[in-house]
Amino acid sequence: MSTETLEQTEEVAVVKKPAEGLLSKRRKAFITDPLNEDNPITVQVLGICSALAVTVKMEPTLIMSIAVVFVIVFSNLIISLIRNLVPNRVRIIVQLAVIATLVTLVNEVLKAYNYEMYKVLGAFVGLIITNCIVMGRLEAFAMGNKPYDSVLDGIGSGFGYAWIILTVAFFRELFGSGSIFDFKIFEAVGISNFATNGLMVDSIGAFVVLGVLIWVQRSKTGYVEH
Amino acid sequence: MQQSNTYIIIFTAVMTVIVGGLLSLTSQGLAPAQKKSIELDTKTQILSSVMDREQLSKMKPDEILSMYNERIASLVVDINGQIIEKDEKGEDMVAEEVSILKNYKKDPSERQYPVFKYMNESDLNKVDAYIIPIYGAGLWNAIWGYVALESDLNTITGASFDHTGETPGLGARITSPEIQNRYVGKKILSDNGEIISVNMVKGEGNEGLNEHQVDGMSGATITGRGVNDMLKAYLSHYESYFTTIKNGATAKL
Repeated sequence: MSTETLEQTEEVAVVKKPAEGLLSKRRKAFITDPLNEDNPITVQVLGICSALAVTVKMEPTLIMSIAVVFVIVFSNLIISLIRNLVPNRVRIIVQLAVIATLVTLVNEVLKAYNYEMYKVLGAFVGLIITNCIVMGRLEAFAMGNKPYDSVLDGIGSGFGYAWIILTVAFFRELFGSGSIFDFKIFEAVGISNFATNGLMVDSIGAFVVLGVLIWVQRSKTGYVEH
Repeated sequence: MQQSNTYIIIFTAVMTVIVGGLLSLTSQGLAPAQKKSIELDTKTQILSSVMDREQLSKMKPDEILSMYNERIASLVVDINGQIIEKDEKGEDMVAEEVSILKNYKKDPSERQYPVFKYMNESDLNKVDAYIIPIYGAGLWNAIWGYVALESDLNTITGASFDHTGETPGLGARITSPEIQNRYVGKKILSDNGEIISVNMVKGEGNEGLNEHQVDGMSGATITGRGVNDMLKAYLSHYESYFTTIKNGATAKL
């Protein structure tokens, strides 16, 4: 986290430039960095709990991704808008209150319009509140940057989280249940006796897939832990 | 920036009011839609104990509700099998609104027991199946479901189970059709009419199971035991009601 705070102060200094393009190179980096080189899950290793818990199947994972992107973007926006009003001593509480409100909204909407998913995701939607990615972005970015930049940062981190858990879910559902979005893919191509792998349905399967994913990614980007 | 205590208190107070107001507005605004989805969920679960799930999952919410209204006749009985017509407030009992959880916490003799009768498609006075709700404890948390019995009140037509927090891939498999279909055709009564229920055995891939046994779930023995316990308990709670129906049926003959 310490290196990140350093980076943040640098970014704050750059913001002073006038009339910057809506998607300038610097701003593009807000979105593209978390997708790969600074991915919240595989590089920063945040939000692992939910990445393990909800990725048994694609559909709940997709709903979870949407929920996290929504929460992270809007909490970044709101915190960034009120960042100069927030008393420093209670800022963590204020951040939590904003996140918790948004998460509760998502939960209530799910309960009303997609009860099936509400039951599947259960506690995990509520646990977005404790997802370090969201709070990490608020503390490290939105507290010190303008609203538009914060929204971009939220989109970047949200999708960085989303594509990783969707990839994990893809492999877990494929090998664990032999389907994709509940569509029996192996039966469709004529392999009716495909032996599903129970390990993939368990959280252990998520660890394995995630581990392989991190390995592949780091061997490409050359990232090493300091 | 260092703010005064007064500022902090005012800030948090204003924030609490805004957040609280927003949340209560949402909760109020979404309440009808939530009630509707819960109702749909309950009715779908009831129907899934007697109907083909594939077919059910393809139906639209409205179709499910109208199907439910057409085919299901519900009533509430007490432990002695007597029909309860009015609730404590003197209003008509609605079986769908009886909370199984709230009743589960009471002593069995004081509980209200809903019964959902699945009526014959062509003859709406003939009962195809009796569906009863069941509730109990799994390994981690509550498990519940519905069991449908044929009109002989002995053969299981179908079962549907649900859970709060059983282990995914192990105990949580009770929600899968694969497990639930194992109950179809099993008998709950012994030859001399006593309730011996249907037991899920330990281990998976067992052979030579009799009509009171179903194959177990590998790695989920305790969840299986929970299912056995709740099934047996609720079947015995409904025993007097079943006896009244059987007596009534013989009287008519």
